[in-house]
Amino acid sequence: MRFTGASWNLAHDLRQMLAFPFMVHALRAGTIAAVLAGALGWFMVLRRQSFAGHTLAVVSFPGAAGAILLGISATAGYFAAAIAAALVIAAVPRQQGGLRGLNVGGSASAESAVTGTVQAFALASGALFVSLYGGFLSGLTDLLFGSFLGITAAQVTTLLAAAIAALAVLALIARPLFFASVDPDVAVARGVRVRLLGTVFLLLLGCGAAEVSQITGALLVFALLVMPAATAQLLTARPGVSFAATIALAVATAWLGLTTEFFSASPIGFWVTTFGFGGYALAALWRSAATALA
Amino acid sequence: MARAPGGAAVRTAISEVVRFDKAAARIGGRTIWADVSLTVQPGEFMAVLGPNGVGKSTLIKAALGLIPLSAGSVTVLGRPAGQSGGQIGYLPQRRSFDPGLRVRGIDVVGLGGDGERWGVPLPMAARFSPTRRAMIDRVREVIDLVGASGYAHRPIGQVSGGEQQRLLIAQALVRRPSLLMLDEPLDSLDLPNQASVAALLATICRDHDVAVMLVAHDVNPILPYLDCVAYLAGGGAACGTPEQVITSRTLTALYQTPVEVLRASDGRLVVVGEPEAPARHADRHGHTAEPR
Repeated sequence: MRFTGASWNLAHDLRQMLAFPFMVHALRAGTIAAVLAGALGWFMVLRRQSFAGHTLAVVSFPGAAGAILLGISATAGYFAAAIAAALVIAAVPRQQGGLRGLNVGGSASAESAVTGTVQAFALASGALFVSLYGGFLSGLTDLLFGSFLGITAAQVTTLLAAAIAALAVLALIARPLFFASVDPDVAVARGVRVRLLGTVFLLLLGCGAAEVSQITGALLVFALLVMPAATAQLLTARPGVSFAATIALAVATAWLGLTTEFFSASPIGFWVTTFGFGGYALAALWRSAATALA
Repeated sequence: MARAPGGAAVRTAISEVVRFDKAAARIGGRTIWADVSLTVQPGEFMAVLGPNGVGKSTLIKAALGLIPLSAGSVTVLGRPAGQSGGQIGYLPQRRSFDPGLRVRGIDVVGLGGDGERWGVPLPMAARFSPTRRAMIDRVREVIDLVGASGYAHRPIGQVSGGEQQRLLIAQALVRRPSLLMLDEPLDSLDLPNQASVAALLATICRDHDVAVMLVAHDVNPILPYLDCVAYLAGGGAACGTPEQVITSRTLTALYQTPVEVLRASDGRLVVVGEPEAPARHADRHGHTAEPR
């Protein structure tokens, strides 16, 4: 089939799009990335750790740039950077020091200060690696804003395996993590390892962000992490429902983004964030209308 | 471990719910209190009173096994502190939920039942698992008991402080504990809510045979319901009935400075002349407050 651009015949357009293997790979990878990012993002938004999530996403830029500079695989760089950053952020107690140390719900402010520092350092290191590389790193735009054109079937398989592993761990810790996120003081008294769960979650978030940023780019992982979850939590306060809605919204956003990207010339990140933001704005309007009428 | 219906059988076998024996707590090199001996009997309503910063919360945390003792011992439900977690309902010092937290009250109450279990609650579990169904019924039951049915389905960040407190009491009750430990549950509630939450706790204590150990700095809202009082001050404690403990003589001895207890015409007690306590905030943000 010859590529003829978008018509108004939806079935024809879809068939045309799916005729390209790279597009099939991209949709598969996008779906996996969306499910993973949606699930991790739901907890991230619940835990008010969006800033940490953003930072973990951003560090994949220096990670990949550094790896390319050293001549090792960019994927290794993504993961090394994300894991290191997750451990640094997790090392900061989410609590005021000293005695009242048991009040684990405590200060998010120390965490955000450290997170901000890590993020600034990461971006600066990324810029340094790019300039050391000789000023021209062909993949720079891809690193930052993503590219789905070059995704191979092997990459899709790797992504799937990593996502299943991450989701399995998340499913195992889901309930105590929810407890620790909503009500840390009582969770501690009940014997929940709140600190440990927080660290495991940040590591999952870091690895998830590293995975997803290979598709969406370092700057836009965040769109899939935060937007679907924030939108779904606005729509409903039932945890199970909002979790399912998050996944659905993330997948829909990824599909819409990829499809629109296929038929237009703008970079994928723009479409993903546009749909994500549009959804969030509608949900926020709906929520404030519902509150006003109630 | 005694789960839901088995709880009663275990309860009868235990003569003392909480027993501190010559206990002392040191935190950051400072002795918070020492030589504290007290007991709570099954079904008793006990208040832990004293000025702010004196270590009332520390006492509760020691009983929960969250803070080690530096001397003496504490047993809870016949076992060393920290080993009866499932049978203790605990309300930490005033938590207020972030107004933006979009989780329903009923979900927070449900965490009291199985929050620490690994895994995910499956969507259809209620249809197939009798345990799960029993848990759901129990959550509904405790929500009715505290009178929170009207707002349990609203996001918890959006209900009032008194309503949040009732939901948290429900959360603590899900597993039919034999002991409720509450850290300043009446703090920052308005007067009518203080009275009604105190009455609710008294009802739970009497009708459901749950011992209550409640930290407060104002005895008045709970005075009508108290069986015994532990008054912490000056690094030590005095225990007994309210009539024995909240007297000018006992408090003067405890503080080692003249203190007078007055009874107002409506029965309220006023403690006059207690040495200036550190600013209220000190208690909330850390025991690192300067020793007086």
